[in-house]
Amino acid sequence: MTTGPSGARDSVYQTDALIAEDIDAYLEAHQHKTMLRFITCGSVDDGKSTLIGRLLYDSKMIFEDQLAALEADSRRVGTQGQEIDFALLVDGLAAEREQGITIDVAYRFFSTDKRKFIVADTPGHEQYTRNMVTGASTADLAVILIDARKGVLTQTRRHSYLAHLIGIRNLVLAVNKMDLVGYDQARYDAIVADYAAFALSLGITAFTPMPISGFKGDNITEPSDNTPWYSGPTLMQHLETVEVGIATDQAKPLRMAVQWVNRPNLDFRGFSGQISSGSVKPGDAIRVLPGGKTSTISRITTLGADLDEAVAGQSVTLTFADEIDCSRGSVIAAADAPPEVSDQFEATIVWMDDDPLIVGRSYWLKLGTQLVSATVHQPKYQVNVNTMEHLAAKTLELNAIGVAELATDRPIVFEPYADNHTLGGFILIDKITNATVAAGTLHFSLRRAQNVHWQATDISREAHASLKNQKAKVLWFTGLSGSGKSTIANEVEKRLALMNRHTFLLDGDNIRHGLNKDLGFTEADRIENIRRVGEVAKLMADAGLIVLTAFISPFRAERDMVRAMLPEGEFVEIFVDTPLEVAEARDVKGLYKKARAGDLKNFTGIDSPYEPPLQPQIRVNTVEMTPAEAADFIIRQIMPLK
Amino acid sequence: MKTLTHLERLEAEAIHIMREVVAETEKPVMLYSVGKDSAVMLHLARKAFYPSPPPFPLLHVDTTWKFKEMYKLRDRMATDSGMELLVYQNPEAAERGINPFDHGALHTDMWKTEGLKQALDKYGFDAAFGGARRDEEKSRAKERIFSFRTATHGWDPKKQRPELWNLYNARKNKGESIRVFPISNWTELDVWQYIQLNDVPIVPLYFADKRPTVERDGMLLMVDDDRFPLRPGEVPVERSVRFRTLGCYPLTGAVESTASTLSEIIQETLLTTTSERQGRAIDKDAGGAGMEKKKQEGYF
Repeated sequence: MTTGPSGARDSVYQTDALIAEDIDAYLEAHQHKTMLRFITCGSVDDGKSTLIGRLLYDSKMIFEDQLAALEADSRRVGTQGQEIDFALLVDGLAAEREQGITIDVAYRFFSTDKRKFIVADTPGHEQYTRNMVTGASTADLAVILIDARKGVLTQTRRHSYLAHLIGIRNLVLAVNKMDLVGYDQARYDAIVADYAAFALSLGITAFTPMPISGFKGDNITEPSDNTPWYSGPTLMQHLETVEVGIATDQAKPLRMAVQWVNRPNLDFRGFSGQISSGSVKPGDAIRVLPGGKTSTISRITTLGADLDEAVAGQSVTLTFADEIDCSRGSVIAAADAPPEVSDQFEATIVWMDDDPLIVGRSYWLKLGTQLVSATVHQPKYQVNVNTMEHLAAKTLELNAIGVAELATDRPIVFEPYADNHTLGGFILIDKITNATVAAGTLHFSLRRAQNVHWQATDISREAHASLKNQKAKVLWFTGLSGSGKSTIANEVEKRLALMNRHTFLLDGDNIRHGLNKDLGFTEADRIENIRRVGEVAKLMADAGLIVLTAFISPFRAERDMVRAMLPEGEFVEIFVDTPLEVAEARDVKGLYKKARAGDLKNFTGIDSPYEPPLQPQIRVNTVEMTPAEAADFIIRQIMPLK
Repeated sequence: MKTLTHLERLEAEAIHIMREVVAETEKPVMLYSVGKDSAVMLHLARKAFYPSPPPFPLLHVDTTWKFKEMYKLRDRMATDSGMELLVYQNPEAAERGINPFDHGALHTDMWKTEGLKQALDKYGFDAAFGGARRDEEKSRAKERIFSFRTATHGWDPKKQRPELWNLYNARKNKGESIRVFPISNWTELDVWQYIQLNDVPIVPLYFADKRPTVERDGMLLMVDDDRFPLRPGEVPVERSVRFRTLGCYPLTGAVESTASTLSEIIQETLLTTTSERQGRAIDKDAGGAGMEKKKQEGYF
């Protein structure tokens, strides 16, 4: 059956007989409809807007006045002669209507008696990669359109890659414009085979191909007589019946990111959020991350009556049996299967801003309801979205997609994106312009912290320190090699010992020869060296000690990273400000000589930079003071220690 | 396993959006126009924050030309929800006596567009919930759920932030404010079904009843009070009518109907052959791009 625009028109007003005869029965059926969100991917010439217009038209979503406007517009600016140009229904903004292209993400709605559909309509050009990723992020299914005359093109590959990247499991390969190739089965089969080979290379093992014509209506809602060789479902049949991942989400352990604490009075303390996976019942044992405290659910409250159960996708308010720490950014999880907590990740990043990524700059990272500062390392590679090749990259520009490591200033609760889109998908926000500059998906934590959960301990860090009759501190000495850091730190520690303070000195000798003996002196290794020193210092500070560290620690970002690990005021940056000439002239260990001779690479001050502190709490100088004077000065600055 | 229906998914999405706004903005407000979309939005807000009352006020940007029944429901809903109701009327429009009969497009511009800007500036709200839906009009289909406005309340469709998953970036630059549309993804039918399933109170004007009307310029207008200037030969006639959308009574066309229950209203909506906004004069200005232009100028 061919349904040309004039043929289909009659069916528009053949309204569902049930509506007229028994509206209550009709409504009862519609109350139980499910929803499918999908995205259509294709370029201007693939007939994407026409297809969407056709779906709206065939599902009777076009009213008489809209149709009259459409007919008038079709004659005025349409590209289909005297016939209806369905694309005009879809192209929203005035600028696009004139140019004849869609330039942004637009959402369309239609429904049948089985499902409600939300279509994200996005442009196909490479410069709109960000729009497609945006539209795809909420989609359960993607329709990849191919022009039957042209076959698998670069853009087909790009769209498939992006859909796969964003985690869409249901792909429909709609071979469109079959009317223009005489409904040729051989042509169709060749395109499908061609696509299957490519899809497999991306790791796409299943997709649903179908021959259609959006313009003529073949295999859209009714099986077409023009393709007797095709026995699969029509596009609409497939959209109405395809399984979406709701069952899988519910089978996973409970995860709910807390959005808001509901505290109307002293007797009620509820935690509001949208459940992203699993289900919850009163009495269930839960664990609140990142703190790690456990409790049980007492109520699931909502306007009306309490619920007996809530499942993935629902927005609820939960109350606990115990008063435990829980606030915006916390994640409520199944007690026996909590998600990971980490602050270093590998991630795929899609850059969405005109200004490129600045490696090492601090951006806001929003994941679920957590907002932290994050820095992105130099990308491991960038993906050419047309060929899927991995290219070397120093940064990421608008619409570039790359894989990079990133670090957050404090640990966040997360899951790999493949397991949980809410706890694995994030955006980056520029701290100055407030623009959303990137979206990303977390692959895994770099710290093998997967099975280490934060143990909530009863003896707090404050208790540890007060037992020692002191306040924990980290005295962080930084400066060039040979500036006198270790000498001064040693003098300071001796004075503290005389004052009955509990201290520990970390320096190159006790760290480089043990904990960090696997690290060299490349930039990456130096960063890792300082990170580990910072972590050890933090643990010792947690134990209530006054920790002294003596490392060159040349990069500002790393020192700031350690500062951020510790409570406000506990990190004391001490700059041993000895000029390079003086340090080099001393050359106690003969290292400067070797570096100048080229025998020692990446030596700070010679062929590797030293970034002096901008506002150190304490500055000492071994040109004007002796080590003992410097130590006395430091002690005076850090008093009192209780 | 429990399968969520389309309405349950839409409800959960709207509640999630409202909570994000409350958590991430300083001074939110809910624009309340007393229509069915506002009614649903208010119900969702009460559900989102229960047992607390919604932690923001309702703002009605009043044109002084709404139907009497609308004012009545407005006051009742504010009391029932325990929310503060702010009513704002543009003093300049009042002083100049701007009205829909004599001033045409200027009426909407002064009372609604200007009134809204003035009200938001006066109270310093940084986020305002609105009940707009993407299915209403073509330019709305492209608008984000969090839609940023410049200090002068302008909208730039080309500078919208990408909105991924359910992650909303609510960080503002100085002077910017956000319009937030929690029911963006609802259709007219979804709104009606939700009202029915949840017994959401709506203005009785949506139900058919005998009302005094005159036929003018192809529209049936209700003579709601004695400010309605009758033209020579016009005599109000009692007709059984109802309204598909509600605005200023002199600008809102009624449809002849006998639908007196929600089921009948939905039935009529489904069987109808004209789209919802067609009864509203506002969209017709400036040709096909009417609403887009209005929005760029700051119309909600």
